[in-house]
Order: sequence, then C-alpha cells, then structure tokens
Amino acid sequence: MNDTGQKPSNREMETLIGNLLRAGVIIAASVVSLGGIIYIFRHGFELAEYKVFLREPADLCSIGGILRNAFSGHGRGLIQLGLLLLIATPIARVALSIFEFARKHDTLYVIVTLIVFSILIYSLLGR
Amino acid sequence: MNVLLFSILIWFGSVIAGYLGSLTGLGGGVVIIPLLTLGFGVDIRYAIGASLVSVIATSSGAAAAYVKEGFSNIRIGMFLEIATTVGALAGAFLALRLSTPIIAVIFGLVLMYSAYISSRPRNENLCLDKPDRLAAILKMDGTYPAPEGLTSYNVCSVHLGFSLMFIAGIISGLLGIGSGAVKVLAMDQAMRLPFKVSTATSNFMIGVTAAASAGIYLNKGYIDPGLTMPVMLGVLLGSSVGARHLFGAETKKLRVVFGIVIFLLALEMIYSGLKGGILK
Repeated sequence: MNDTGQKPSNREMETLIGNLLRAGVIIAASVVSLGGIIYIFRHGFELAEYKVFLREPADLCSIGGILRNAFSGHGRGLIQLGLLLLIATPIARVALSIFEFARKHDTLYVIVTLIVFSILIYSLLGR
Repeated sequence: MNVLLFSILIWFGSVIAGYLGSLTGLGGGVVIIPLLTLGFGVDIRYAIGASLVSVIATSSGAAAAYVKEGFSNIRIGMFLEIATTVGALAGAFLALRLSTPIIAVIFGLVLMYSAYISSRPRNENLCLDKPDRLAAILKMDGTYPAPEGLTSYNVCSVHLGFSLMFIAGIISGLLGIGSGAVKVLAMDQAMRLPFKVSTATSNFMIGVTAAASAGIYLNKGYIDPGLTMPVMLGVLLGSSVGARHLFGAETKKLRVVFGIVIFLLALEMIYSGLKGGILK
C-alpha cells in the first residue's frame, strides 16, 4: 500500500543496525578476553572470593576511572572497559535509529527514540 | 578455589546455560543466577550484575541476525522500549533497596512462571478483526517474510502490551534477566503479533532494556570484572551455538526437561531465600 517507497530504506536501516550490533559485541568480547588473560596471568592463583558482597572500588564503577585503569594495562580495568563497550552497543543502536528516523522525516519516532536514548544516558551517567 | 579454576568452571557452566537459554528462548540469565548463587555461593548481587551483562551480549548477537532477516518490527520495539527502560530503571533502584533473601524469593517465583510459560504450547492468535487506533497512529502494522511470501499483519491492544512491557522492564532490572517470557506474552497474547515477529522484536528489545539497568549496576559497584568475564564470554559462545541449532533440532523434549530443571532451581532459590542461609 503506502509503504512501497519505504521498503528499501527500511532494509538499509536493518542491515546497518545488524552490523553495528555484531561489531559492538565482537569488539567488546575481544577487549574482555584480553583483559581476562592479563587478569588470570597475574592473579590466577589467588583465592576467588564472591561470598561477601563488597562494592567494587570506585575506579571500576565510573567511566573515567575505568578508562584510566584500562589504559594503564590493568586486567580488571580492561575487562570493565569491554563490559562498558558492550553496554554502549545497544545505546549506539538507539542513537543510530534517531538519525535513521530523522532521515525518513518520521518526527513521531524521532521523539520516541530520543526518549529511550535519554533514559539510557541517564542510567549510564547518573549517580 | 583459585581464580584460574573458578574462571574455567564458571565459563563452562555459562556455555551450557547460554546454549539451553537460547534453545528454549528463556535466555541465559535464568540458569546463570541459580548456578552462581546455589552452585558457587556467589552473592546474588554480583550474580545479577554478571547475568545482566551477558543478557546484553546474547541479545545483541542474536538481534544482529534477526534484524537482517526482516522479522523484527523496529517501530513496535522502539515504542515499547519506553516502557521497558523506565521499568528497568525502577527495577534497578528497587534492587538497591530490597534485601537479598527477598530478591531470591522473587527470582524463584519469576523462574517458576517462566518454566510454566515455556512448557506450554504457544498459540498464534493473529490480530485480524479490530485494528487498534493507537497502533494506527504509531504506524505499527507491518509485513514479514512468511514461507508463502511477504505477509502483512495488524497490531491489537497497544496499551495492554505497553503496561506488560513496563512489568517486564521492572523484572529485568530487579533480577538481571532478559524477562523474555513476559515480553513474548505481551506481544503474542496482548498485541497478537505473528510468532516470528514477536520473538525477533522481543530479542531486539532485551538488550536495550538490560542496558538501561546495567548502567546503574555498574555505577553502584555491582558488576565485578573477575566474575563477569567468564560469565559473559561463556554465555555468548553457548547462545550463538544454540541459535544455530534453533530451527533444525527437535526442541520440544528439551523444553520439557529444561522446564522441570528450572522449576526445581526455582524451588531451591525460594527455599534458600526463605531460610536466609546461603544467600544471607
């Protein structure tokens, strides 16, 4: 019916989003693996203790702290950076959708997507 | 137990959890959390953090494939994500305040419900007669590639679907699972979408929902890198193998067996929550 003109751009958008998701997961998993190897190499024979809950140290909880930790080559910092990239993957997908809906002049869905995006950013940055 | 052995065992368990989770559509989290808490004595808050991250990994990995096949409806997904992400924030804040035995008991109850849903046959009950006004305003009706060619479908009761998605979001944020069972219920039973569309769209949404609460879990120090590393890598491997077997293998028997296992795990979670023993 009225969606004949829409179909190719829908297809394009789906392919783009699919590629973004796949790339995000592969990159995140690689960084986590690298961090994991360093972590096990350095701490493999220490005791694994998770029975008592202690909050993670502050520098493994904030974006700034994780970046500092990761770039000084700490295994745990690198793992955390990979996990951060993983969390960012669906957020990037939502951001991409904003542009795609805008390109199709679909104002309603630009607003819908912006709401979802704001909630995600609030969660990641808010304290 | 030392870190090396612990990581290997957790990784191995996570591969199996991811495989079963993807084959049955329940997601890896429903097995990972009992495995970590009951099996390895991990505090449930660390277990939830690790599970949540692996949910994002599997959902994004699977969604990449689904989206390309053209089954998922991005408009429906995006609109419902308003409900799931707000719910996920509420769930995560709730998790910071509730005591761990209560979280364990709620987890057990949700697990039982998921087992019940997965053991029941799904009825495709398409929306044919009365198209929804809200669905028309939101331009939700779509088409999908059926065996007999491109087939169009309508969407029913958007408001009911939206409310159920809010609940799905709370559950996901509180317990660190994808809550695919509630999402599929909302889209199959309330909005009456074709199976393949609701499965793909639900999968598409799970990652965004989990990301909404994962940010809070990360900020509050619930995500431990040493524990999450083997869980995330294991679940990711297991679920991608599982997804490849999804349409070929005879999964009915497996679903029943898995349902019983989940039911027993649920009982154990509730028991230890009430006893306050392991999960203190």
